[in-house]
Amino acid sequence: MTMQASAFQIWLIIILLGIGTYLLRWSFLGALGNRELPGWVMRMLRYTPVSVLPALVAPLVVWPAATNGETDPSRIAAAAATVAVGVMTKNVMLSIVAGAITLFGMLYVLG
Amino acid sequence: MSPTPHPRPDNGQAPADATSAKALARSPRAAFLHGVTQSLPFLVVILPFAVLFGVVATEAGLNIAQVMGFSVLVLAGASQFTAVQLLSDNAPTIVILLSALAVNLRMAMYSASLLPWLREATARQKAWVSYVLIDQTYALSIQHYERHPGLSMRQKLAYFAGTALVLCAPWMAGTWAGAALGDMIPEDIALDFALPITFLAMIAPMLRTVAHLAACFVAILAALLLAGLPSGLGLLIAAPLGMATGAIIEARTEARATRQAGQ
Repeated sequence: MTMQASAFQIWLIIILLGIGTYLLRWSFLGALGNRELPGWVMRMLRYTPVSVLPALVAPLVVWPAATNGETDPSRIAAAAATVAVGVMTKNVMLSIVAGAITLFGMLYVLG
Repeated sequence: MSPTPHPRPDNGQAPADATSAKALARSPRAAFLHGVTQSLPFLVVILPFAVLFGVVATEAGLNIAQVMGFSVLVLAGASQFTAVQLLSDNAPTIVILLSALAVNLRMAMYSASLLPWLREATARQKAWVSYVLIDQTYALSIQHYERHPGLSMRQKLAYFAGTALVLCAPWMAGTWAGAALGDMIPEDIALDFALPITFLAMIAPMLRTVAHLAACFVAILAALLLAGLPSGLGLLIAAPLGMATGAIIEARTEARATRQAGQ
């Protein structure tokens, strides 16, 4: 799919995302000061990365845009290799390398 | 939740150990250099990641000014990748903003956790710390502050500045290199999968507890079931479901632990 966003929309996203992200970082150091967050909010915050990123990635793995949404064994295998190496080694670079090698290896072998 | 520091008045009280004594004796300049040295190993991850962002964003159709706009104004890798991915899916602006900001919600947690240590800093210093508060500067600094509670404000800020210089400047430089490189990479290389692989690699080490695993599992399941919704919308529903799952399981685990401790 090609990007249809206008230059204005792209810059709007960059600037608003920049401001919003800055406000999140500044929140407690600046405006909120000593206010304590309720316990359940802190709990939810703790699980944002581990929920948002998988939810974003899962459809891309199962139905890749590059194959017009058709499930692709090479990409599934690459994803599995990445996760497996990541869980075993906890090393981000190593698991990226494992995923990349699996992907290009499988694409080469399967043509 | 956040650590309570015990600022030690400078009355010649003996520090706990030799390492602490060394840390407390550093001039601000030495503290800055200490921050620099301790951050260097992280470059192994940050630099390739920055180059990758430059490449992926350029391939997606952004020009170099826009790519650099992301890395200078947003300065948060995972959310930058999220925004670019959703931009190429032609998701609505509001969905892109909400998703990318959700990825950055954890920064509010960092802000809260640093506050007890940097309360006495001036508003200007806090404003500046906020700009360069990323995963790695936070992780290094909070460990350093907790290890040496007696550090002066100047030592703490100097150390933070050292980590920020080493970790944030290469993020921008690497992005620029990637954007320049992106134009030269042939079209037929399967770069579409660079983002999923990078994100999966980032997620895997986070799966430390049952609660994290459950949050991840529910988020994936919901995202796949809701994949038919207009682009990006499924994510906005699936992510909170995962977060709630993690929070509920954590609360239950804690309650059980308290009950057992009480017996």
